[in-house]
Amino acid sequence: VRRRIVRLATDGGCFLGASLSCADLVVYLYSRFLRFSGPEDPARDLLLLSKGHDVPALYATLAELGYLPEERLENHLSTSDSIYWHPNGSVPGVEFHSGSLGHLLSVGAGMALDARWRGEDRRVVVLAGDGELDEGSMWEGLLVASSLGLENLVLAVDRNGLQANGRTEEILPLEPLEAKFEAFGCPPIRIDGHDFAALDGAFSAVPLVGGRPSVVIAETVRGKGLPSIEGRADRWFCDFTAREVELLLRELDGAHEAELTSPELTVR
Amino acid sequence: MSTASYEEALERLAADDPRIAVLTAENRASIRGLSTRLGGRFVDVGIAEQTLVGLAAGLAARGRVPVVHALAAFLTMRAFEFIRTDVAIAHLPVKLVGAVPGILSEANGPTHQALEDVALMRGIPGMGVFCPADLDDMLLGLPAVVADPSPFYVRFNARPAAWSHAPFVLGRLETVLGTLEGEDVHIFVAGGLATETFEAAEILIRRGLTVGLSNVRTLEPFDSEAALSALENAAIAVTVEDHFLRGGLHTAIAELLVESGLSRPLLPIGFRGRWFKPGLLADVLRTEDLTSDAIAERVRDFHSACVTERAS
Repeated sequence: VRRRIVRLATDGGCFLGASLSCADLVVYLYSRFLRFSGPEDPARDLLLLSKGHDVPALYATLAELGYLPEERLENHLSTSDSIYWHPNGSVPGVEFHSGSLGHLLSVGAGMALDARWRGEDRRVVVLAGDGELDEGSMWEGLLVASSLGLENLVLAVDRNGLQANGRTEEILPLEPLEAKFEAFGCPPIRIDGHDFAALDGAFSAVPLVGGRPSVVIAETVRGKGLPSIEGRADRWFCDFTAREVELLLRELDGAHEAELTSPELTVR
Repeated sequence: MSTASYEEALERLAADDPRIAVLTAENRASIRGLSTRLGGRFVDVGIAEQTLVGLAAGLAARGRVPVVHALAAFLTMRAFEFIRTDVAIAHLPVKLVGAVPGILSEANGPTHQALEDVALMRGIPGMGVFCPADLDDMLLGLPAVVADPSPFYVRFNARPAAWSHAPFVLGRLETVLGTLEGEDVHIFVAGGLATETFEAAEILIRRGLTVGLSNVRTLEPFDSEAALSALENAAIAVTVEDHFLRGGLHTAIAELLVESGLSRPLLPIGFRGRWFKPGLLADVLRTEDLTSDAIAERVRDFHSACVTERAS
């Protein structure tokens, strides 16, 4: 999955750092937690990418599982397809389009409410960035979802500690996050988001509180898997040369850190 | 005149169609009884317009038809990006009902004056905009608007009807007054000033002018064909709306004139570049020169000026 993501970070690039931080989380969800036998499965659980710019992690996972034709990833950023920097709802496996932060918790709550009305045991997971928690609509959405008692809704926070330009705790501090979520009726679990056993421990405990949405804070590292960009605020959106991508793919295989000369991009 | 209420009409629609859900951001005035009568399909999210619209989009994405209620100013402005991004990009059948739009905000003040709501909603691709003339008109249009697969904005208007309405055809304007033999004036009205406009037309007719009147029920889809015929058939045209002059009915008619190449003197009646002085409806109408008499006077003056200019 990481190899597929890295290959998208050229010829226009992608939000590489943000996609690698949640790659393990997305892979875990599709391989263990979500009941999902394909994008057309009528009984499938729903995963919504609220931060949106992590969509390479979703496309790479869907391709790995065989639900997204491999060749479509080669259409990345081509106007002849719909594979671009944010999720397009027409791509099979994308349950709802996104890109504007702070939207999909309320959209996910609507989907979870519909499932409850239909008497389905469908679960809805909303994957959000930690920087996204700056948006008031996330907290408004959680307040409403909690009051509606949507126990089939899970908010998974990709807590990589960074937003576009720097550390979340320097730009707009979020901690103590546990206390904030607890005050909304949703005491969270905080785990290592790159540790599959820890992820399994957290998600198999869902619902964390009866009659409430669950919140899982996944502690992650931006750029995880590529030491040359890990944890760096300036390697969020990346557009590398073909040579650099080759070096990064080798770095994934355990080779020494790639020497990167492409400029750090600030797109926000 | 209809004796049914909006609440009863919506309840009937919901009874016939299990997809319909009624949502509100604590704006219950017109749907108070539905909280118990619709059971689970009534959701009050509290004063949270963004979440209201996001929740509706999620429900609609799963096959529901949410009919969403909030004050027009807060629905269309606080939640604008949620409407545009979650509802409209996916073209979901969410029905957005804005309460006390335009002049109907009365004494609330400029915070509550939705005078740009039509411009905002009309600016969103694929969004329908329904501006009923009164309660009867709203109830006539409601079934078609709810059944339509598009997202729709409804400018809630429960004022009593001034005339007996023709059947509602989605996307067609209602010809209230008209003659095929040529008119001195054709007036287009959308929304809350329909009664005053109708009475103004009657005054003008009593004074010897031939007057046509179109009730532009939906600004989107816009009935260009009928509006253009009416413009061609009249010497001058007037638009009346309780909305800023930019982006609403006046703009739609002006766009039509420019696109068609037709030239007609056009008097826009509405709010130009400022909010109105808050007060009870009758006082606002007086202060803003929007009573039947004042509208008739403004149209007559404009007509006289046009005739004088043509003669000179």
